[in-house]
Amino acid sequence: MRDYDIVIGLEVHAQLLTETKIFCGCSARAGLAPNSSTCPVCMGMPGVLPVLNSKVVEFGIRLGLATGCTIARRNVFARKNYFYPDLPKGYQITQYDRPLCERGFLEIEIAGTKKRIGITRIHMEEDAGKNIHDEHEPVSYMDFNRAGVPLLEIVSEPDIAGPDEAVAYLKELRQILMFLDICDGNMEEGSFRCDANISVKPKGVAAFGIRTELKNMNSFRNVGKALEFEVDRHIGILKAGGRVEQDTRLWDVAANRTRSMRSKEESHDYRYFPDPDLVPLEVDEAWIEEIRSSLPELPSAKRKRFQEEYGLPAYDADVLTQTKALADYFEQCSELLDSPKEISNWIMTEVLRVLNEQDIALPQLKVTPGMLTAMLTLISTGTISISMAKEVFAEMASSGRTAEDIVQSKGLRQISDEDELLGLVQGILENNPAEVKKYRQGKTQLLGFFVGQLMKATKGKANPNLANSIIKEMLES
Amino acid sequence: MKITDQEVLHVAGLSRLKLDEHELKRFLRELNAIVDYMDMLAQIDTAGVPETVHATMLTRALRQDIPERSQERAAALANAPSQREGKIVVPRVIE
Amino acid sequence: MFEIARLYRRFGLRPVELLEELLGTIRRDNLNAYITVDEEGALRDAQEAEQILAQGSDDVLAGIPLAIKDNICTRGIRTTCGSNILADFVPAYDATVVERLRKRGAIIIGKTNLDEFAMGSTTTTSNAGPTKNPFDETRTPGGSSGGSAAAVAADLCAGALGSDTGGSIRQPASFCGITGLKPTYGSVSRFGLVAFASSLDQIGPMAHSARETAVLFDAIKGHDPKDSTSVPGEYAPIDLNALDMHGIRIGVPQEFFAEGLSPDVERAVRFGITAYEELGARIVPIRLPHIRYGVAVYYVIATAEASSNLARYDGVRYGLRADGAKDLTDMYLQTRSQGFGAEVKRRIMLGTYVLSAGYYDAYYKKASQVRTLIARDFSEAFGQCDLIAGPTSPVTSFGLDEMMDDPLSIYLLDIYTIPANLAGLPALSIPCGFAEDGLPIGMQLMAPHFREDRLLGAGMAFQDCTRFHRVKP
Ligand SMILES: [Mg+2]
Ligand SMILES: [Zn+2]
Repeated sequence: MRDYDIVIGLEVHAQLLTETKIFCGCSARAGLAPNSSTCPVCMGMPGVLPVLNSKVVEFGIRLGLATGCTIARRNVFARKNYFYPDLPKGYQITQYDRPLCERGFLEIEIAGTKKRIGITRIHMEEDAGKNIHDEHEPVSYMDFNRAGVPLLEIVSEPDIAGPDEAVAYLKELRQILMFLDICDGNMEEGSFRCDANISVKPKGVAAFGIRTELKNMNSFRNVGKALEFEVDRHIGILKAGGRVEQDTRLWDVAANRTRSMRSKEESHDYRYFPDPDLVPLEVDEAWIEEIRSSLPELPSAKRKRFQEEYGLPAYDADVLTQTKALADYFEQCSELLDSPKEISNWIMTEVLRVLNEQDIALPQLKVTPGMLTAMLTLISTGTISISMAKEVFAEMASSGRTAEDIVQSKGLRQISDEDELLGLVQGILENNPAEVKKYRQGKTQLLGFFVGQLMKATKGKANPNLANSIIKEMLES
Repeated sequence: MKITDQEVLHVAGLSRLKLDEHELKRFLRELNAIVDYMDMLAQIDTAGVPETVHATMLTRALRQDIPERSQERAAALANAPSQREGKIVVPRVIE
Repeated sequence: MFEIARLYRRFGLRPVELLEELLGTIRRDNLNAYITVDEEGALRDAQEAEQILAQGSDDVLAGIPLAIKDNICTRGIRTTCGSNILADFVPAYDATVVERLRKRGAIIIGKTNLDEFAMGSTTTTSNAGPTKNPFDETRTPGGSSGGSAAAVAADLCAGALGSDTGGSIRQPASFCGITGLKPTYGSVSRFGLVAFASSLDQIGPMAHSARETAVLFDAIKGHDPKDSTSVPGEYAPIDLNALDMHGIRIGVPQEFFAEGLSPDVERAVRFGITAYEELGARIVPIRLPHIRYGVAVYYVIATAEASSNLARYDGVRYGLRADGAKDLTDMYLQTRSQGFGAEVKRRIMLGTYVLSAGYYDAYYKKASQVRTLIARDFSEAFGQCDLIAGPTSPVTSFGLDEMMDDPLSIYLLDIYTIPANLAGLPALSIPCGFAEDGLPIGMQLMAPHFREDRLLGAGMAFQDCTRFHRVKP
């Protein structure tokens, strides 16, 4: 199979987390009643005009700077003309020959090897509305809430040499968008959408093969599967001496295959031209610098720093930097308590488990960094045991009460008072003379029995380390 | 004639206009006359001349990202030729 | 306008009385100047104006009845653009200019006729039928703002708004013997103006005199955050005293007196220029070498933009939707074929052609470059003169029945008005005489960007010593 080179280029559309749409003041948020977030502008009514949302430009520049792009000092918006009922004006306002960002890159890592994937361009454009098909009648329903929601279109160079690299690129890009707080990255709901161009050529041949375009892949899994399917299909055709047909294809999840969208009949002739309703946008140095200086640390830098600064293993650094919120949580904890590995362990296990179980995001987690580190301190001072701590954590996560409070009210405090334990052990030894005798004759495995008795008597609150040593000492003296 | 029947039909298709025989003939003749006239532009040397797309020199017109009240749904749909449950109805979109 | 304002204040005339009389005249009239007369709305406006006047307002526009071209959106009043495709369209919003006039207490009487989507220069392609010229009802009032021009000329309103993409305010103003201003591109908001060609369209005022035109211009001009092409900044009110013409240099381009210019028009315009000379202006011959390409450039750019601007009329969200379509594509085809008239279709086709693959560079791009050359001609000319003067149209109004069959020869009539749109310059048409047969003739003045003050001041100076603008049909 690897007698062939695979050439993949990806086109990502990322919906931006602005308050309002790109050219009007309607809310850009999803989930509202159909057509309730519309106005004459985004409905393409006669006589209305677009006015550019400055936040969209700012977000675009953020991504451009984060991916090493050159930021265009002069931007022009163009009209892409085509008829579609979800496209209110009969054209999409987009950028054509003068995109906001050009010539950047992203670094991905495949099996420990790093690779740069070029970014050709990033441009601003508006989203279209949504159409919903009726199941019984030959009609479709139009909801224009999404029409005019801002998008960044991110076009990669055809540097991607396989489905695994494609998925790694998408994951990295999505993570950067989320770290920059400009996109929620939700693939299922379509706020992070991906189309792919793929071609295959025999190794060593310079000319590109004929490419197909893939659409409708709404998860990383589907992207991987669709690309693998296409790679096999292309190679199959080439091996059989055939010719790949240039085509746009949909990933059919149910059938687990791609299929041609032949219904997009006519040849495309979008008749791009500069939109006369929008003046050119000049971006000055000061604005770019202002955005650059407010740029957050990016995932790759953060991963590296977590290993160097906190001495965390690569695996921990990877997990903790999955989202900005999680990384921030870790760092907030680390500021309160100098015990990075222990904090990391608790986050990777208990924190992630609770987020998963409660199906919430970090901001909704009731256990604040202060609460988590306070609890860890209770462990290190011997006030509670690790197993108690797990119980305390669960309680904190469900009620939001502090560890101290829970320990108090549940009486979870370990008994670490030596005198108190001494007295109790004394009693246990007196009540079990036969076992004491056997122990002293050499049956030292009975230690567990005495510890068990002590735990029973203290309802499990005896500090286990202390209990062990006291019992041992008294039996052996 | 510079523009052919085929091109007129292609342009009509892109414009979503249906032409009958009579209109086709007429547009063929008229468009050719106008385009012939426009061809005088070809004589002008415009090497290095920038394009004028706007009649103003403005280079930035931006809006703050502040929500404004959207129109009521009824207003959004008031002129709609066909609607159902808050959505606009069109003949089936085939993908 | 000034007279009505005086009648309200000195002689106790009430806006409602004036309006009722005016509505009666409009009902009896058969020029077909209006597509829609909003009697109820106008009456409400008049009642409000009475309140404003009762409070002692000195605003000239309070209670002044105005007409609005029917491609300018009016909340709650049908806005048809003279097209079948928008025959029942009722906007939920006012154009910014309308909002501004309402704030001043003006009365919006109704919506005036135009060529369909403002594409034309005769006001004959409207689905509401042709408008007639008040000076001769067998003739065209010009266009596309022919309804507004006829309404002003026939006193069916005290002033009106039109829109000018290639001469659509100035040419009908000249055909109907009134004053019309195409303002600097960007000085009047286009929000609510149904777009024909966005980079050329500009709303402007039409009235009997330059002074009234100035009052209307003051009311509608100024930055509008809803229009990205609207220019921010201070807009000083126009001085209503005539400009002192001493030392003003008036450029006369020889290209404006070329073949095809009717002798009547040439004589009247030459007279007008001489009048300025007598007022103290200095006449400077100038050259505008690229003007001759104006019509070609215009019909590339205007139709390209129009083909895209008119794509939104697809039968989905508003406007006409053809019945009985068998599928979506068929719905588009039938709706647009039934909805648009021949001239609009022709321009959409032409615009689609010049933008389509393989032709963009030869037409759209080339025309945009020549547009730059035309604009440069003007900036060089304005180095030598303060105003440019010439004819508004090469001809006077022609018969509604002698409409030329050949669209190109009609397009060529816009040769003198188009350059101002391409360069974004302000231009004014003022009556400067009459042809042998009694039809009005207009003289066009052009000024540098944002020098409407100079333009209107010169108009006032001319009108203070001539009576052409006072001649009624
Ligand atoms: Mg796109
Ligand atoms: Zn909106």
